[in-house]
This record gives sequence, structure tokens and C-alpha cells, in this order.
Amino acid sequence: MTTASPVSLARTAVAIRSESLCRHYRMGETLIRAVDGISLEVRSGDFVALLGSSGSGKSSVLNLIAGLDRPTSGSVVVQDRDLAKLSREELAKYRLHVVGMVFQSFNLIASMTLAENVELPLRFAEVDRNKRQELASAALERVGLRSRINHRPSELSGGEQQRAALARALINRPQLLLADEPTGNLDSHTGTEIMNMLREFNQELGMTVVMVTHERVLAERYAKRMIFLADGKLIDDRTNGPTIDDLHIQGGQS
Amino acid sequence: MKIPDLTELALRNLRESVLRNSLTTLGISVGVASLVAMLSLGTGLQQLLSRRLAKSGLFDTVLVSSRRDLRGMGREEERKGPTPGESRVLNEPARQEMERLPNVSEAYPDIRFVTELRYEDKPHLTMISALPLSAKSNDAFDGMQGNFFSSDLAAEVILQKSFAEELLGKTPPLGAADPSVGELAKPLLGRELTMRYAQRQSAPATHPPLRGNDATSADASVEGAAYSVVSREQKLRIVGVSDLDPETMRGPTRAKVFLPLGLAESLHVMQPTDLREISQAAADQPVYSSVSVRVKNPAQVQLVEDAIKKMGFNTFSILDASNSLRQVFRVLYAFLGIFGSLALTVASIGIVNTLVMAILERRREIGIMKAIGASDGDIRKLFFAEAGAMGILGGVVGVALGWAIGQIINFGTNLWLKSQSLPPEHC
Repeated sequence: MTTASPVSLARTAVAIRSESLCRHYRMGETLIRAVDGISLEVRSGDFVALLGSSGSGKSSVLNLIAGLDRPTSGSVVVQDRDLAKLSREELAKYRLHVVGMVFQSFNLIASMTLAENVELPLRFAEVDRNKRQELASAALERVGLRSRINHRPSELSGGEQQRAALARALINRPQLLLADEPTGNLDSHTGTEIMNMLREFNQELGMTVVMVTHERVLAERYAKRMIFLADGKLIDDRTNGPTIDDLHIQGGQS
Repeated sequence: MKIPDLTELALRNLRESVLRNSLTTLGISVGVASLVAMLSLGTGLQQLLSRRLAKSGLFDTVLVSSRRDLRGMGREEERKGPTPGESRVLNEPARQEMERLPNVSEAYPDIRFVTELRYEDKPHLTMISALPLSAKSNDAFDGMQGNFFSSDLAAEVILQKSFAEELLGKTPPLGAADPSVGELAKPLLGRELTMRYAQRQSAPATHPPLRGNDATSADASVEGAAYSVVSREQKLRIVGVSDLDPETMRGPTRAKVFLPLGLAESLHVMQPTDLREISQAAADQPVYSSVSVRVKNPAQVQLVEDAIKKMGFNTFSILDASNSLRQVFRVLYAFLGIFGSLALTVASIGIVNTLVMAILERRREIGIMKAIGASDGDIRKLFFAEAGAMGILGGVVGVALGWAIGQIINFGTNLWLKSQSLPPEHC
């Protein structure tokens, strides 16, 4: 394994750091501790899988990192930004420029074509129309959907929709890619396709990937690090050795 | 988000639920249209009535008479006003002075006298009055048969319908249907009348001239005052027969035969005032029993009245009536405005309802947009742009619709007026 590549240098920087991160909800009389004192560090360029059964708090942690939710206590610092201290406006900017997200249910806007869906973040970033179209078709090209550019999401298969969602997540060149069960609604073949893309972005674009999943097999195969959660607490954190696929790719490259 | 982007996005979102959004827009249109139609109806009615009133001369005319007449009738004004010594003679210089007052369009003498008119050698005694050419626009001549006077000095005459009936011996019995003006005018138009009248002539200076005295001193003129009254005849051609009565304001003294003012002045017809103001009359200086002052705008009647009173004359106008009329219109306006605004309020609630529905329905979409980086402001702007687009479109369509409703009402009214054989109104 080569040691002095730019990617490996970048890995030394910390992308995400959380300290005693808590997110509590109150449902009637009961207090639900969705995230209960999680401290962790994710280095730049890492590929982390958050694992756990449903209700373990993995999606809540992801939402806190994405700036979609605010911690009850503790802190989460992403790329030197303390998310708890950002205003709503600053959080929106953070989501726009720093984070890209993909979801289990794809979350494309049904009334828009793929091109429009993909270029939507650029509209919020006030990018010129021509530049927008150029970037959107490049992103769709990258995920292999060049020919479906004017189709609506309902005319596409699940895998294609998720690829479009990935294109949308990439369009603003974020440093951080957050994926919430990206293969949950897909069959294993298309799931693999999506996971390959995630790995490609991680390795070729140097994006830090945090993926929530409950499929341990996928995590073992693609992630470099696995964090296990249960009842809102971190119960295990282990680094995978080079996976079979990694060796295969590197072997192919050399 | 940039404004063109915002607009584009808002419009495409509106197109997504065409039916609901067009119904909302239609609701706004109807609301705006009813407001526009109601207010324009109110404005139109007011304009129509004020124009009618202005044309009738009732509200923009101030009648001026001399305080030297009819003194001692115990009227409040006379007790408070200037003493008889301060009051002035209502003569030509006074008339000119009134005409020069601000806001006065014209001041013309009321020349009216009772005299004999002969038609087909039958004498008819009647009240004759002189009209300025500006009276042409008077409402009373709207339904007139024939023409108005061709010039101010023309030997022409306009008859009031009832006098025409009298001339033709067709006065209907009480309660019977009136013959139409057209019917009456046919045999009369172009025919001649002979007017016999008393002309006032300055007498030749028979007295010896007063030497060494100022010829213009009052005493001298009184001493020399004399005029003679000569019986004259004047042929007059009937040019018009008017249906309505132009002098309703004058009650029992209203005239039934009208002459052009210039002609009437040139005839020097003996006036009742000539007897009272002998010195003036002898000098061939006309003294008027009253002068009609027409004000440019009914709203300025009070100002003009005050100015004329200050000059030392009595005035009379129907100002109070026009004030209460304005009051009525204010109430009517408010009334129509309230109903129109209610319609607009209902329309606005319609927009709000549609938007609330859209927000609830699109919660997921809002969530997605926020997740990919839309700020609260972006989302708010987007929904406001959608509401604004519906509002603007609805407003424009509503104004057009309101205009169309106005046109339809106009058309319908004129059709109805026509069926009632009345002249159409143009607003």
C-alpha cells in the first residue's frame, strides 16, 4: 500500500469530532435518549459505517452531523465548524456547501426532472443557469444517467433514483458525504452498484463518507471503520483491515 | 435564490396542481372584479349625478339681487348686513365685477318680462326670459326639438312645451296624456311670432344744461333723469320646443318663452327696476333685477357667494342640497367599498387556504430542500412567490373582469334606457 499519496496525507486531519454528544427527545412523560453521550473522531477521507439495530440512534447521530438537528448537549464539530453554535442560516449554508446527503428513500422531488433535481442545490447556491446545467449533466454522466436527464424520478428504477440522488449530493463538491441506509430500498445487485459508487467517491474524490446501515456484510466489505451503537451509546469501534475488494482494486491498479 | 430562478420554480410548482391553483386565482379574480365593479359603479353614479346637476344649473348658480329691493322684510341677513346706504345698484359695472371674481365662469343679467306674443293674430300673454348661449348645455334642452339659438343676437325664440300647447290650442285636460314634443314642434318650428313690448328710450335733453355744475353729480343726473316708453314689435322665429322646464328653480315666475340674451339686451325692454332706478335708467344704464352667477365648480359656490355678499348684494343658491348629496355619496361609497372588500377578504382567505394546503402537502419536499441546503428564507420566498403569482394574476384578471362587468352594465343600462325612450348615458 502506498503511503505518501495526497489522500493519505489528508487523512491525518479530523473531519468530524463529537464530544459527549446527546440528543434527547421528550415524548409525553418519558425522556428518550436517542443519542446519549457519544464522543468520536472521524478523520478526513475516512469511510465510516455506523451500525446498530433500529432505534440504536445511528440515524440521529447522522442527522446531528448533517446539521439537520441540534444536539441537546455536547458538541459536534465538522470541518472546524461547531454546529451547535451556528445560526439556522449558517446551518443551511453548511448543509449546502459542506455536506452531501443520500437517503434510504432517495428523496428526489417527484415533480422535477432528474436534471432539475440534481441542479436544485446549485439554485440555492445562486449558480448561473448555464453553469448549473453543465454541472448537472456532468454529475449525471458520472453516475451513468446521462440518457435519463429529462426523466422524472417515477420513471426510473430504485437504483437509478439512488444514483440520481448521489449525483445531487455530489453537485456542490462537499467534503462530507452522509448516507442513511443508501441500499435499504434496493436489491443486492443494485445495492452493490451504489456502494461501489460511494467507495469511488471516497477514494477518487477524497470525500469523507459516513454511512448508516444495519447490514454488517456491506459495512465489512466497504467501510474502513465500523462504529457500533446501541441505545444511543457507542459500544464498539473497530477498523477494518484492507478489504478483499481493496486489495483487488489496488492489485489491478499496480 | 435569485429572483428569475425563484419565479421559474414558483411557476412550475403552480403548474403542478393546475386545478387547485386556477380555482384559487379565479376566486381572487372574482373578488377583485366585484371590488372594481362596485367602486366604479359608485364613482359612475356620482359622476353621472354631479354632471346632471351641474348641467341643470341648480348647483352651480348663485342668484344675485340688490339689497335695495325688498328691504324691511325682517330677514336676519338684512339686519346684520350693511345699511341701505352701503348697498349697491345691481348694474352693468357690478355684473362685470362679479364676472371677474375667481371661480366664476360667467355672470349674466336676468332679463325677464311679461309681454304679449302674437301667433296667427291671436295674442298670448306670457313671461319671457333671456338665456345666454352657455345655457345650451343645460339639461332642459336635452330632449328639445329643433335647435338652440344660432347666435346671441338672432331673432329667434325657444318655446317651452306648455306654451307650445297653448299656441296650438292643444292644452290637454288635467290627467290626460301629454302630446309628445315632436308632435307639438312640427307645426311650430320655423314659424314666426310677433312680440309686442315696451321699449325704454332715453329722452332727448329738454332741460337747460346746468352750467358751472359737475355734470356727473348725482343731483344733476336726477334732475335731468327722464326716459320715454315706446311700444315696439319684434318678429321672432321659433327654432326650438323644449320638453323640460329650464327654470324649475324659479317656481311661479318661471318663463315659458326664451330669447337669446344679446337680443334681449339690445331691445331695451322696460324692466320693473327701471321705475325704481330712474336716474340710471334715464342714462340708458341698464339696472338688473337679478344677475345669475355661474360658478366653475359646485364646490366653490360658498366662496363665490361670500365674495358677492361682501360686494353688497343678496345671494341665493341651493348649496345645502348639494352638501347633503355629497354626504349620501360618501355613505354609498363606503357601503359599496365594504361589500367589495368583503369579497376581496374571502378571496384572500382562499389564497391562504391554498397555501396552507400546499405547505402541508409539500412538507416532505420542504424537508428535502432543507436537507440539500435551502435556507428558511429560500423556502419562505418560494411560497410567497407562488402566492404572489396567484395574487398578481388574479388581480389582473379581476381588474379586466371588473371592467368588462362595467361595460356590460353600461350596455345593459343604455339598452334599457333606449327601451324607455330615454337618451343613453356615456360614462
